[in-house]
Amino acid sequence: MKVNEIHERLQAELGDAVGPLSEPKIDPFAVVRADRIVDAARFLKTTTGIELDHCNVISGVDWPKRNVIEVVYHLSSYRHRHGIVLKVEADRAKPVVPSVESIWKTANWMERECYDLLGVVFTGHPDLRRILLPDDWEGFPLRKDYQEQGGYHGISNERENPLVELRRLDEKRLAENPRPPPAQAAPPAAPAPAAPAKA
Amino acid sequence: MERLILRHAGKPEDTMLINFGPQHPSTHGVLNFLVETDGEVMKRAIPEIGYLHRAIEKIGEMVGYGQFMPYTDRIDYVAAMFANEGYALAVEKLLNVQAPPRAQWLRAVSGELCRIASHLVAVGAMASDIGASTPLVHALRERETLNDLIEMLCGARLTYNYHRIGGVAYDMPTGWSERVIRFLDHFDTMVQEFDRLISFNSIYVKRLANVAVIPREIAIDYGLVGPNLRGSGMDWDVRRDVPYGAYPNFKFEVPVGRGFRGISGDAYDRYYVRVIEMLESSKIVRQALQTMPDGEIMAKVPRRIKPEAGEALSRVESARGEMAYYVISDGTDKAYRVRSRTGSFTAMSVIEDVSPGLMVADLIALIASLDVVAPEIDR
Repeated sequence: MKVNEIHERLQAELGDAVGPLSEPKIDPFAVVRADRIVDAARFLKTTTGIELDHCNVISGVDWPKRNVIEVVYHLSSYRHRHGIVLKVEADRAKPVVPSVESIWKTANWMERECYDLLGVVFTGHPDLRRILLPDDWEGFPLRKDYQEQGGYHGISNERENPLVELRRLDEKRLAENPRPPPAQAAPPAAPAPAAPAKA
Repeated sequence: MERLILRHAGKPEDTMLINFGPQHPSTHGVLNFLVETDGEVMKRAIPEIGYLHRAIEKIGEMVGYGQFMPYTDRIDYVAAMFANEGYALAVEKLLNVQAPPRAQWLRAVSGELCRIASHLVAVGAMASDIGASTPLVHALRERETLNDLIEMLCGARLTYNYHRIGGVAYDMPTGWSERVIRFLDHFDTMVQEFDRLISFNSIYVKRLANVAVIPREIAIDYGLVGPNLRGSGMDWDVRRDVPYGAYPNFKFEVPVGRGFRGISGDAYDRYYVRVIEMLESSKIVRQALQTMPDGEIMAKVPRRIKPEAGEALSRVESARGEMAYYVISDGTDKAYRVRSRTGSFTAMSVIEDVSPGLMVADLIALIASLDVVAPEIDR
């Protein structure tokens, strides 16, 4: 089944909760209203002829300019070898999206990752907590306006660029003995190492 | 984790909580399992991951398209070729360019050699985890030759950085294909030796057959991919079913676990599928070297890569199953978002479901048979 046919069936089922299919630039997608995403997912998984049983990847994307966080579902079917991309848009200040964990179990960890890195709250998720970062981490790193904390429990997460340190050493050396005349530009040969003791 | 400890605190003292990992030889990196057990049989094992999280997806937003390629190596350092390939394919899709035929063939050759190397680690380490230490040495001996061959091709033994957006970095050196064929001739007999050594060893078979069974429906539901999915009896291979690159030109079988020694989906199936896959990869490399087309190895790609705004998903069959890259471009020279979907991440998520009722020792068989690589889980 072509992606536009799947989209037509989905639109026939859910009406105006499903947005139009984006112009097929590369991978076309359809935006689904957040409160109907579980219905859409259930319809796509269980309807004969569509059967999107493989939830390939769930990703979160932050769009500060549009003030939304998108949750993107790449779905495909093993039997029919077709698929569709769905998107849900959530308000950036309070992103809440219903969980599709009841449809695809793999969504459990992928939604946890999305919550961990972007702060999207998935309602109905059985075990929503941080997965990659420590439980007491502050902020959501994959948001575009994320500011790094100064450190974590006394462990600094900032390191000076090693080049800066090298330059400082150079400047220090120059200050101590100013630029030598060009004839002596080559550094004096290091003293020959002591001959190793004969075994 | 806290919830489990709290939940446990209210119970009579008939079970105990054990931290399995993070530093444990059989966790293949740094993983932690919180195991609730009565001493032998597990009530549940809860994986705690994230010890190797390096924010690679965030780095993808901060560096240019071409500059991100070496970082992809670090996603899966046991099979870095596929991480390279997936990212290159996604950006090529955005740019609407295609690698020239010779580059695609070279990608197939290098990829399949890398798959053999990765599966050697998988089967060798699995035997070692179960308690047979000899096969690991045999496997690593062969992998050493493979590392040498790949080093001749791209100069690196582990983190290859071989692929470029629009092609590959280097052509084959002179005499390389003959050396690869000579290795494969040796390798095909080595797999039989390996089978005699361990695969058909009755202790090993008893240890793995009918252990840690993942039925097909569970495997699909949890998004298992690659050899783990095929071990559960699902006939699916991205190389064959969603063809990309040079793969439509090669003939190869897709091994499926139908219960080689036990029932379909047990640890032995996941193990033996990998052994057969190594031989199939060897077949692909031979065909690819025979039919290697002449010509360029790089498509015409501007020096500063600036795709039009849009988004693309690429799917490749990595040694750990389907690897997908979801790349969004906003028209600048840096990706707006890079998302990588890896086989190990979903493979880890199934452990909580499969573990209840397993022996603690079988948890090790389960982890080993899923062939998870910790940096690929955490990215």
